[in-house]
Amino acid sequence: MALINYATREINFKIVYYGPGLGGKTTNLRWIYGELDQNTKGKMITLATEMDRTLFFDFLPVDLGRVRGFQTRLRLYTVPGQVFYNATRRIILRGADGLIFVADSQRERREDNLDSLRNLKDNLATFDLRLPDVPYVMQYNKRDLPNLMTVAEMDELLNPNRVPYFESVATQGIGIFETLKEIAKTVIRKF
Amino acid sequence: MLIDRIKLFESGFQAIKENIEKLLQQSDAKAVLLVDRDGNLITNAGETEKIDLESFATLAAADFAATSQLAELIGEQQFLTLYHQGERDHLYFQALARNIIIAVIFDQRTTLGLVRVRVKHAAQTLSKILEDIFGGQEQLAPEEEARIEDISKDIEDELDRLFG
Ligand SMILES: Nc1nc2c(ncn2[C@@H]2O[C@H](COP(=O)(O)OP(=O)(O)OP(=O)(O)O)[C@@H](O)[C@H]2O)c(=O)[nH]1
Ligand SMILES: [Mg+2]
Repeated sequence: MALINYATREINFKIVYYGPGLGGKTTNLRWIYGELDQNTKGKMITLATEMDRTLFFDFLPVDLGRVRGFQTRLRLYTVPGQVFYNATRRIILRGADGLIFVADSQRERREDNLDSLRNLKDNLATFDLRLPDVPYVMQYNKRDLPNLMTVAEMDELLNPNRVPYFESVATQGIGIFETLKEIAKTVIRKF
Repeated sequence: MLIDRIKLFESGFQAIKENIEKLLQQSDAKAVLLVDRDGNLITNAGETEKIDLESFATLAAADFAATSQLAELIGEQQFLTLYHQGERDHLYFQALARNIIIAVIFDQRTTLGLVRVRVKHAAQTLSKILEDIFGGQEQLAPEEEARIEDISKDIEDELDRLFG
């Protein structure tokens, strides 16, 4: 949840990467971490299994600098995508100001994407929220691989609210900052 | 989400800060932090130079959130306090009103007993202050609201500059 501190002139926004396991959420954060200057980013926290799967969350604070005297910060989180980690997924989702849904474009991941989207809606419902009420964007990841769904198919399948979507190759940084910038703008506009 | 937005103004913030500093002194702790349930650091006092505060706040909130789920699983509402014992430094967490957490870092200069008593006392005062602040959340001065709108435009420029 956004924290606006008028006394210290700070604003924090929480942005959460959601989506099926192995979709590329952690890879998004790693890329952002690798690209940003030392003075723009904080420490990246990763709570993962030995197999490098997200167990609880990844976290990366990104400083946008002072904007009219307000220190403005994005607090980026990823959830664990694996189905059985729903308790921790819900903890991280709570209080998000904006979401990025990272979908896996590979044809064989069609059902996993759908399941994860359904799970997102269910979890939002436990906070009395519906997806259309929440600022979010779509990211169609792994566009470098063979046997992909077309972007039109993915949009048809996963994006009934017609929010902005981005094609990405997270491992190569393609589409990563475009996605982040769009959600940041959306969140701030709604603010 | 947006409904949950926390706004802190000068007077409320000062009252919080004074109580955190008082707690630091009275408990002989190394450091005291106030963190919201999403890991936003609200304020801190004491020896915090060597600590990555942003990481600390995020992990403290996550620790608390995970433990609250454990509480539910065994039929408890919530654990109001958490204690982590280290070799030299220890952590003591206490939940306040509105899911705000006090985190105390302490060592052999004091005892768990003293920390516990002082935190409990401070928690009552702070919870009341927090209730006052959040109860009055709607009364935002119009000129402050206007200023927020102005900021949005600037932040967009900043995003363009940073992320290309
Ligand atoms: N070829 C290709 N591989 C990718 C891409 N994005 C991520 N990967 C790989 O996919 C695997 C999983 O990526 P992660 O970022 O760990 O996935 P995640 O969504 O965080 O997964 P969970 O933590 O289990 O939810 C890793 O081996 C990545 O290198 C991509 O765009 N193209
Ligand atoms: Mg991950």
